[in-house]
Amino acid sequence: MKNSVLHPAASRFYADHGWLQSAQTFSFHGNYDPQRIQFGALRVLNDDTVNGGKGFGRHPHDNMEIISIPLEGTLEHEDSMGNVAVIRPGEIQVMSAGTGIYHTEFNKDADVPVTFLQIWLYPDKLNVPPRYDQREYASGDRHNRFQQILSPDPDDEGVWIQQKAWFHLAEFDMGFEAKYELKIAGNGMYVFVIKGDVEVDGQTLSTRDGYGIWPESTVSITAKQNSSLLIIEVPEKW
Amino acid sequence: MSQINILAIANHPEILETIIRLINQQETWNGIPAGSAEEAETVLRLNSIDLVLLGVGVDEEMGERIVSLCQSMDPRIVCLRHFGGGSGLLYSEIRHALAGG
Repeated sequence: MKNSVLHPAASRFYADHGWLQSAQTFSFHGNYDPQRIQFGALRVLNDDTVNGGKGFGRHPHDNMEIISIPLEGTLEHEDSMGNVAVIRPGEIQVMSAGTGIYHTEFNKDADVPVTFLQIWLYPDKLNVPPRYDQREYASGDRHNRFQQILSPDPDDEGVWIQQKAWFHLAEFDMGFEAKYELKIAGNGMYVFVIKGDVEVDGQTLSTRDGYGIWPESTVSITAKQNSSLLIIEVPEKW
Repeated sequence: MSQINILAIANHPEILETIIRLINQQETWNGIPAGSAEEAETVLRLNSIDLVLLGVGVDEEMGERIVSLCQSMDPRIVCLRHFGGGSGLLYSEIRHALAGG
C-alpha cells in the first residue's frame, strides 16, 4: 500500500522576523500543528531568507542532524568546535549536534539576501560527539540525474550523517522522466521542488511544494518544466 | 490556566540553562533544571511535576530509569525526549505532549 502526504508551498508556516523570512514545512519554534510534526526522521524543512549582514546569533543544538543547503547568496558559519566556514550555492553543510554545539550562521554579504534550506533530521544514535563538515558538489552532475549529496556512510558520496538517510539533488529538463529507487525498502521519500513543475507518481507539484511518499520500491518523476528538486529519503522509524 | 511544571534534564549546563530560559518565557510554564539523574530524582520527589524533558546526556538506560520513577510516582507525568537543544523544537514538543500526542 502506498501512502502519501502533500504539503503545498502555500500551506507552510510563515515567520517574518524582519531580518529573516522563514517558510516552514513542519511545526517549528512558535508554529505548531499536530498534523505537521515530521515525515519520519525528517523533522525540519525551513526555507529561510536572511537579509544582508544579518543572521542567527550564537545558539545551541544537541542530538540533531542539521543540514544547510544554500540556494542563493553566501552563508558564514562559526561554531564552538572552532570551525569558521563560508558556504555558497553548490555546497552542503552538515552539523551533527550530538552532545552539544554552539554556532552562528550569518549572511556574509552586507547587501544581498541569502536563501537556504535548513533541514533537521533526528539522529539514529544519541549523544554522539559533535561534528561539522561541508562539501562542494558539481552542478553538472545533477543534470537529468540524481546527484547524491548526503548519506549515512562516511565513504559514500557527499556528506554523511548519523541517520539512515540519503539526499539527492536533481535538475531535470522539461519532459525528462526518471525513477528514484529507494536505498532501503520501507523508507519514506520526501520530494521538495526547489523550482519548477514535476509529477511524482501522478501527483503534480510546483515550486516549493513538498510531497512525502512511502513507496514500495521506486518512484517515477517527470519534469513538466525545467525543474530543480531535492529528494530526501528517510526511515519512518529508527 | 494553571502552571505547568516542567523538569528538564541535561548534562550540558549551557544548553540546560537555555532550555529553562525558553520554558520560562511561556507564561504558564515553569522550568526546573536537573543536571543529572540524581538531581532529577530529588526534584521529582520534592515537586509536583507535569512533564519531564529528557535532554542531552540522558542515555537510554538513564531515560528508562527516569520514566520508571515517574510512572511509579504519578502515571500522569509525561516524559518525552527533547531534541535540538533550543527553541526550534522545544515548544511544539511540549505542546504536542501536553495535547496527548
